[in-house]
Amino acid sequence: MEHLELFFKSIFIDNMVFATFLGMCSYLAVSKKVSTAVGLGAAVIFVLAVTVPLNWLLDQYILRDGALAWLGPEYADYDLSFLSFILFIATIATMVQLVEIVVEKFSPSLYNSLGIFLPLIAVNCAILGGSLFMQSRDIQTLGLATTYGIGSGIGWFLAILAIAAIREKIRYSNVPAPLRGLGITFIITGLMAIGFMSFGGMLTGGDEEEETTPVAEVTPVKEMTQEASDELVLTTNEKE
Amino acid sequence: MGLLSKKDQKLILDPLADDNPITIQVLGICSALAITAQLKASIVMSISVIFVLGVGNVVISLMRNIIPSKIRIIVQLVVVATLVIIVDQVLKAYAYSLSKELSVFVGLIITNCIIMGRFEAFALGNGPWRSFLDGIGNALGYGVILIIVGFFRELFGSGTLLGFKVLGDPIEKTGLYATGYENNGFMLLSPMALIVVGLIIWVQRSRNKALIEEN
Repeated sequence: MEHLELFFKSIFIDNMVFATFLGMCSYLAVSKKVSTAVGLGAAVIFVLAVTVPLNWLLDQYILRDGALAWLGPEYADYDLSFLSFILFIATIATMVQLVEIVVEKFSPSLYNSLGIFLPLIAVNCAILGGSLFMQSRDIQTLGLATTYGIGSGIGWFLAILAIAAIREKIRYSNVPAPLRGLGITFIITGLMAIGFMSFGGMLTGGDEEEETTPVAEVTPVKEMTQEASDELVLTTNEKE
Repeated sequence: MGLLSKKDQKLILDPLADDNPITIQVLGICSALAITAQLKASIVMSISVIFVLGVGNVVISLMRNIIPSKIRIIVQLVVVATLVIIVDQVLKAYAYSLSKELSVFVGLIITNCIIMGRFEAFALGNGPWRSFLDGIGNALGYGVILIIVGFFRELFGSGTLLGFKVLGDPIEKTGLYATGYENNGFMLLSPMALIVVGLIIWVQRSRNKALIEEN
């Protein structure tokens, strides 16, 4: 159940593209045709599914505070978490290279469809972002980390597939000249993100966990002032 | 600008408008959108990117003749990651609450396409001084967009700029709020960042017809 919840949460609610804007560069650059978008999307799912669990292991047994305790009691005090950026990106870059070699060797047809995208992926923010979010959200088990990786990959895949389909169609529409290409893609993505926001309360109906994004921090303030101003209106009405 | 030749000036000034990394080259969008709900976060992010790109470009340009081209991506990633760790540790030490707010996005400077893009396109083929100028110029172009987006989102979203209540107090109903003005909380939500950038692109391209795309 926990897995299922995390899976759907990472696809829809915390969608990589629409909720956190990760991987926007390749999302905008490679979404002109559906077929290439599918190739890149599949490669992202694959690489996320491999690197998130790997980085989870790294984080759990090497990086976090006290993680080195398995080496012996004298190592229990080390906190290497400042090294996480460099280790995560190194893992990702090596994994991508390794995957490329393995796929080329064993499945040339898959290599032909994925191959050109794999080097692009090493510097895709969605991949590093997946690992960093996995670390900052404190995901508990290896299984959950794998689920999170696959789920966010599928979320990214859905997003790039949808925008590529829309962009193929929009070629036949009469878009105002200065908005053509990049501008209209931004605005469509914004509208799609508004649509995806409606998944927000879907799973538990009131997931009270605090998100770390600035957006979530700011909105309660707004609601509070709204309530406060309502109260103010009430009190003034009572006075009258 | 007496120090710089015409060509060097172009390196700094071009990315600010006609060759802007975000609106024209489509690089480094992710962080531009995610952290612009407040002006302060945008400014800190821009300064971090200026530092990383300026220094990184010089380092890569100094090493450009000894990096084997097959493993250059990994070398570049290591250089960026080191610089980003410095930025992250400095932020944690001197601006802890802000670094919590930026959360993973400081780390994501590593995979910010502007950095890798400029390394590949410029620093690998040019000397340190020109690479430095190119880095600073592109990071400034990125910062300008970030600050514009952050300005509008914070102003319309929460009625403040850098935390100061420039439009009056929404609870006390002073300033503009006395006339019945309300904050548009929607500006603080993430989709509006995309739409604001879309509008910036619209304005920029209708002022400069040469930038309009084909299809």
